[in-house]
Amino acid sequence: MKCKCKIKGLDCANCAAELERTIQKIEGVSMATISFMAERMELEYDENREEEIIKKVIKVIKREEPDVEIEML
Amino acid sequence: MKKKRIKIILALILFLFAMIVKFENEWINNAIFIASYIIVGFEIVKKAIRNIVRGKVFDENFLMTIATLGAFGIGEFPEAVAVMLFYQVGELFQSYAVDKSRKSISSLMDIRPDFANVYRNEKIEKVNPDEVKIGEVIIVKPGEKVPLDGNIVEGKTALDTKALTGESMPREVREGDDILSGCINLNGVIKIEVKKEYGESTVSKILDLVENASSKKSKSENFITKFARYYTPIVVIIALLLAIIPPIVMDNATFSDWIYRALSFLVVSCPCALVISIPLSFFGGIGGASKMGVLIKGSNYLEALSNTEITVFDKTGTLTKGVFEVQKVNAIGISEEELLKIAAYAENYSNHPISKSIKQAYKKEIDEKQIANYEELAGLGVAARIEEQDVLVGNEKLMKEKGIQFEKCNEVGTILYIAIKGKYAGYILISDTIKEDAKSTIQELKKNHIKQTVMLTGDKKEVGESVAKEIGIDMVYTELLPDGKVKKVEDLLKTKSEKGKLAFVGDGINDAPVLALADIGMAMGGLGADSAIEAADIVIMTDEPSKIVKAIKLSKKTMRIVKENIIFAIGVKVFVLILAALGISTMWQAVFADVGVSVIAILNALRALRVKNK
Repeated sequence: MKCKCKIKGLDCANCAAELERTIQKIEGVSMATISFMAERMELEYDENREEEIIKKVIKVIKREEPDVEIEML
Repeated sequence: MKKKRIKIILALILFLFAMIVKFENEWINNAIFIASYIIVGFEIVKKAIRNIVRGKVFDENFLMTIATLGAFGIGEFPEAVAVMLFYQVGELFQSYAVDKSRKSISSLMDIRPDFANVYRNEKIEKVNPDEVKIGEVIIVKPGEKVPLDGNIVEGKTALDTKALTGESMPREVREGDDILSGCINLNGVIKIEVKKEYGESTVSKILDLVENASSKKSKSENFITKFARYYTPIVVIIALLLAIIPPIVMDNATFSDWIYRALSFLVVSCPCALVISIPLSFFGGIGGASKMGVLIKGSNYLEALSNTEITVFDKTGTLTKGVFEVQKVNAIGISEEELLKIAAYAENYSNHPISKSIKQAYKKEIDEKQIANYEELAGLGVAARIEEQDVLVGNEKLMKEKGIQFEKCNEVGTILYIAIKGKYAGYILISDTIKEDAKSTIQELKKNHIKQTVMLTGDKKEVGESVAKEIGIDMVYTELLPDGKVKKVEDLLKTKSEKGKLAFVGDGINDAPVLALADIGMAMGGLGADSAIEAADIVIMTDEPSKIVKAIKLSKKTMRIVKENIIFAIGVKVFVLILAALGISTMWQAVFADVGVSVIAILNALRALRVKNK
């Protein structure tokens, strides 16, 4: 299962790279990329655990970068 | 951003004031420095505290806070303020640059239609483009964007296709023509029957492609983020060691001296400018490419393109126009014009591509009353009575069968022999035309260090070889079936060097497997073929092969910028670190070097966005 979202308010490219690494470590997430320039995040995850995974991803983002806004596309 | 700018200016005024005016009581100066620091650095300190609570030690806010507070601690007030001040200047500059290039890309891609005027119940309704269904009729007025792909059912106009193709000449369209979403209607009102839903329309496919382009990252980008990941902790640990060990081990070393050196380390420990300048360059490169009508699906492909060693071309539709055109009219005993007219009349009822090309070459109206006894002779040609004379138009076999004396023509292409009243009257040579810029493309590729150019075609040997010779391509393989093309590309992939890349250029219609197999699959004329946009890594929106050269040049320029930035930024940082460790450089120099590097790297990155159009 793939999803894309707009991710706004990241401070810098390095923060984006770090956040990307942290999200990749979440169980059930098989791929995560964040493009700082395009302000986009792409996720690939286990479809059966969608709700749980999305919740976790959002939690991680809120913890790491509290100023960030996410919008599902 | 405006608020931040005001803060920086205010802090800078206070800072300069305290630097120039020396009060008798030193603490008045220091108080002004602290005030300046609070104005410019409060946000950073706040973020640092917030992050440290969450265990982010190597966070840049935290590092800057430690560096500046440390400087206050050892009594270096001006340095403390300067570091924070210039760090913020660098940050401001960075966000300005990022903002600028984001805006420039989004304005470039300002093709998203906001609405569609659709006919429903004999009224015009203004709706969201994705609510329009296939088969509905929409109306597009001058100045509006065409919201959906379709076919013109009424009206004619000129279209501005610049956003799609980079082509500045307007395209004339009329009733019956297919029309693509994303074009801007320039002057006439047109009615369009919708052929595709919004999600499937050209405009949304292109937007999707461009917006997703940066999620495929290049090796350079991965290198730099990986570098940053280790760089910061290493610098911080060395700084810590510098502050503690020498004063303990060495006799004449003082804590304040070595802490000062350690703080200089922290000043250059932020990797952000370095990290941003790389994706910024790629983003600019991809943006610059789309400005000229070349859509690149990811930084990795832009990077690969700069290492192209072998370029493989499909023939038909890529190097040649893929349409048959009359190349030569050789008339015997009558004028060329007359011969062409007779052929056009004779072929009038046929729908064969060859017949169409003759009618196209003739250009004038055909008076059907002049055509009688029309007869199609399967596998041979046609016979008819034109203007009271019996005419035969067809291939060699037809001439032989009818016992007509003729001269055999050995040119490459399709040859139509014509006989009037049982007498040979000449021939017309029809063949696929080579694109105007095909030859210069091959020459330019060679100038740009492409080692080998190859052409693959399913066409006959003579045709393929004659085209190859004319445009000066290195190698040609003819009479290939689709799986033969795959095999040849597989073989060619083995001949390139390890770092070199193979690019395949096709029209995207039948070559999906080859496009996928090549290191870089380029589809040409993306405006026509639907599948092309999906199958290829790079889509060339126009059908000019010369765009390949432009794209390769741009990729090389982008990679040069990327390399310059990597070497320059890392080089300066390491140099400053060495000087700081030796106690040669001051914190002043460290902060200027660090911010200076960011600014220069970012300015350099913005260069990638600049493309000369045409």
